Amino acid sequence: MPWFIELLKATGLAVVIFTFLAVVSAMFGVYLERKISGWIQARLGPKHVGPQGLLQTVADTVKLLQKEHITPRNADALIFNAAPVIVAVAALLDWIVIPFGKFGGRVLVVRDINIGVLYFAAMASVTVIGIISGGWSSNNKYALLGGLRSAAQMISYEIPLALGILWVAMVAGTLSTVGIVDAQVKQGSWFMFKLPPPIGWFGLPFGILASLTFLTAATAEVNRVPFDLPEAESELVAGYFAEYTGMRFALFQLGEYGEMFGMAGVATIMFFGGWTEPHLQPWMWLLVTLASLVVVAVILFSGLRQTLLVRPILILASLGFLLSLVMFFGSRAGLSPVLPSPVWFLTKLFALVFFLMWMRWTYPRLRLDQLLNLSWKVLLPLGLLNLVATGFVLTAWGR
Amino acid sequence: MGELAAFMILSLVTLIPAVVVVTSSNIVRAALSLVPTFLGVTGLYVMLQAEFVAGIQVLIYAGAITVLILFVIMLTAGGTGARTRQINEQVPLGAMAAVWLAFVLIVIFSRTVWPVLAGALPAYNVIAVGNAFLTDYVLIFEVTSLVLLVSLVGAIVIARREE
Amino acid sequence: MQVGLTHYLVVSALLFCLGLYGILTRRNAVAILMGIELMLNAANINLVAFNRFVAPGAVAGQIFALVIITLAACEAAVGLALVMAAYRSLETIHVDEINLMKW
Repeated sequence: MPWFIELLKATGLAVVIFTFLAVVSAMFGVYLERKISGWIQARLGPKHVGPQGLLQTVADTVKLLQKEHITPRNADALIFNAAPVIVAVAALLDWIVIPFGKFGGRVLVVRDINIGVLYFAAMASVTVIGIISGGWSSNNKYALLGGLRSAAQMISYEIPLALGILWVAMVAGTLSTVGIVDAQVKQGSWFMFKLPPPIGWFGLPFGILASLTFLTAATAEVNRVPFDLPEAESELVAGYFAEYTGMRFALFQLGEYGEMFGMAGVATIMFFGGWTEPHLQPWMWLLVTLASLVVVAVILFSGLRQTLLVRPILILASLGFLLSLVMFFGSRAGLSPVLPSPVWFLTKLFALVFFLMWMRWTYPRLRLDQLLNLSWKVLLPLGLLNLVATGFVLTAWGR
Repeated sequence: MGELAAFMILSLVTLIPAVVVVTSSNIVRAALSLVPTFLGVTGLYVMLQAEFVAGIQVLIYAGAITVLILFVIMLTAGGTGARTRQINEQVPLGAMAAVWLAFVLIVIFSRTVWPVLAGALPAYNVIAVGNAFLTDYVLIFEVTSLVLLVSLVGAIVIARREE
Repeated sequence: MQVGLTHYLVVSALLFCLGLYGILTRRNAVAILMGIELMLNAANINLVAFNRFVAPGAVAGQIFALVIITLAACEAAVGLALVMAAYRSLETIHVDEINLMKW
């Protein structure tokens, strides 16, 4: 029975990939979050379990696994138990369409379906069901408020998110994630900076606007600061997962981080070229190298040496230094892809994740009315105008 | 064989939660049961090679309409407590009407000889749908968007609290 | 056994009748709207199935399914807004208690 084997293969692949993703996105994500928040708040962050606290989240997970599952009295037990599973599964299902790179002639993606990014948006919108049902079934006023807030927020921000996706679909002429990256390879630049020839650099404002709209909406869609009203600790205890304990709580965390990494991944694919290398000349790479050296020198030979910020900035600068040096010599030597493509995908992904975390620990939370105003009165008109203008330019000038 | 198994599973995923939707006395459970029903219908669309419709189905039905329904249920909590009587006195009549209609429909469907054509749908579904929308069906497209706009404005006006 | 047009039609007929049962027996206006959504879904299955089996060269059935999904969204928005308005003025959303116009 070939269909049976096919099903078994798909299930096995899914389990392997989801386990890997769960480990990477949730555990590493939580670790990064705590470390980066520590840096930004001039503390050290996790330090004791493992080298530089790397095993801290593993220890936390083991602790959460041992905890008792508590179902509150008068809670709707069935829905209460199903909600975290819905959130986690929907977040991990996002990853089916995200290509990690190209190895040989083969694209590393679970399935390149022809409605790729639409599927991604659909899965992202299923998450809200898990959140609202978890909030309702907890039988807790804070959880219910968090659930309702998240429903209002996620429904509102789905529209700018979908407009960003539409923008990319219009420019690339396809919904498939692999097709979108191929379109960027074909035009030799990221969609954030250039539109297909002959428009080229004149597409810069459209690309920047679209990517900023999409990133803002994505931040709101994954309920992160400055849009974290559903789980605002100071107002709602923990929002929709206030009543959850043990592994179910961890599943919500897994869903949140899986979704965040997924959003960063799809933004990478749509606006930042996916797995392709940045198209820079060798001298530009040399400039990047020099810039990182300057940063290191300024840090080491000024008063900043005394602060706790010295280590993270040094780490980032030396990473940039190494990368640009490798790229400089590689491109001088005439290697066409200097580094394997998954490296580039992961670099861009983690740069975006770092950006999201940076935002989270720098900005204060919005009020609910400000949040909805931002979506309906700013992002939606901007996204629509951008869509119409880009369509006009593409029709009148390109193609 | 595999196709039939997938069809059976998807039909059960569609129909069993649908029974919960219409019979459960807990209105929130009924609303949440809509989600597996819609997802099952999505699976049927995928089996029918209508990927774009399937994606839109998840996005609109499972992601938006269900949430809207849950939102209204929770905003009108006073009238929808779990202890409130949810069914009226028409249950026997309604059940009879539903069973009779199902019987008639199934008999008609199985007796009719449909003009089934062998052939393949356009391979790249989204482009075909988009082209059709902007060429042959452009009037429908425009009218639908007008209806959408009018109903949006209407919904806001109706639901707004009067000052 | 091959899955044919009749299979899909039977599933959609069952779904439609479940929706009808919900509409006839529910008191709650929101639950009636949920029944309507089930019936619209049944209609959509029919359209897409006919598209696949009877006219596979075109996408007319899918077009109409998409239009119906859009109209279902409109219907849900307006219907739920009406429910909200009724709840605000009458403090009930049970349709057998909303009888101000009944003489």
